[in-house]
Amino acid sequence: MNDLASKVLKGDPRSIARLITLAENNDPKAAKLMKNIYPFTGKAHVIGITGVMGSGKSTLICELAREYRKQGKKVGIIAIDPTSPFSGGALLGDRVRMTDLALDEGVFIRSMGTRGMLGGLASAVYDVVEILDASGKDIVMVETVGVGQAEVDVIKIADTTLVVVVPGLGDSIQTLKAGIMEIADIYVVNKADRPGMEQTVAEVQSLVDISCSGKDRKTPVLTTVAKENKGTKELVDEINKHILFLKKIKQFEDKRRLRYEAELVEIIRKRLMNLIFDEKKLEDTIERLLDQISRKEVDPYTAAEEILGKILK
Amino acid sequence: MERKIRVLVAKPGLDGHDRGAKIVARALRDAGMEVIYTGLHQTAEMIVEAAIQEDVDVVGLSLLSGAHMTLFVDVTRFMKKKGMTNVLVVGGGIIPKEDVPKLKKEGICGVFGPGTPCEEIVDFIKKNVKK
Repeated sequence: MNDLASKVLKGDPRSIARLITLAENNDPKAAKLMKNIYPFTGKAHVIGITGVMGSGKSTLICELAREYRKQGKKVGIIAIDPTSPFSGGALLGDRVRMTDLALDEGVFIRSMGTRGMLGGLASAVYDVVEILDASGKDIVMVETVGVGQAEVDVIKIADTTLVVVVPGLGDSIQTLKAGIMEIADIYVVNKADRPGMEQTVAEVQSLVDISCSGKDRKTPVLTTVAKENKGTKELVDEINKHILFLKKIKQFEDKRRLRYEAELVEIIRKRLMNLIFDEKKLEDTIERLLDQISRKEVDPYTAAEEILGKILK
Repeated sequence: MERKIRVLVAKPGLDGHDRGAKIVARALRDAGMEVIYTGLHQTAEMIVEAAIQEDVDVVGLSLLSGAHMTLFVDVTRFMKKKGMTNVLVVGGGIIPKEDVPKLKKEGICGVFGPGTPCEEIVDFIKKNVKK
């Protein structure tokens, strides 16, 4: 086996970091290394944490990590922030809330930019989950970007999805809408020391009462004040219960299959995009077609068919 | 293949003035880099551990308290100890001219004082990044 891959399996932080970079950059070396480590994945419990910006996701993750560390578990954290659509740069600031974990050898934190992905995740996030899993982390937490209403890709990657809400973000109609308020395995009302907490809990609870009526499991609604470490131990207990429940009703494998499907689609998508847009010989064709579309000489469907025709030949 | 320059921006020590660090972080972001901002009150050890996990190409240190000769040098020495030779280190803040050569000797390759245009920092990083 490749030296870097075997060091990743031993949990060496620099090798883990290196391999993540290769995967993020779509480096041709990454695929071979991922093949090497793949047999050692599948053990970590993947927890997705999503919610609007400023809801306290990073702080909550920090406290959850501390709780898991008390139980002797190793923790990997993937913190995603948006990449600028203009410059391609990003300001990744989630570490600011995780300073307490900085020197703990049992915790590995990686910040990622979305790099063009729109569903709240980063394109290489599947690889990064596998890498942290293979490196021996028992828990991998994935923090999405601060989401609006529709960025729900986190459910494809997580075994357990937490949706974090805070008091004061709108009335009960908001909780009835499709999207983000449908995907939780556990609802967390964070900043529960703020005014309006009771109302928010009641609204989320009434949503649960409607959407879970007649089901085996009612989505729990928990309150936390992450900054003061209140409610996080109860949250960890609830996360553990969720996994046991999935296994009991034999849905754990189904959830995992969903992740593998998303991962497979993402790998194929990236390779196809590379085939089309990184290939020098297609560059002229694409430029010519774009000119023609701009002049209304060609429609985009015909143009797409011509491009696809060239790579499928 | 897509390559982005990754930069860790950190404030070592106890000074709480982070306006400068934030402005530089934003300028680097606008220049297409991925900036990991770690916030205030970092020890050398914390900065180096974060730089390892984030696999950054550049570490940018900001300090306005006058303790740069101790704290900047702590970071580069700790990095050397960890064998991190391919990471560019730059620093900024209220730094007297006579300290600049000493800092450069200790591995802080670029030193930027008050009034430095952000483009100068961006260009320096683009030119000197090691990987």
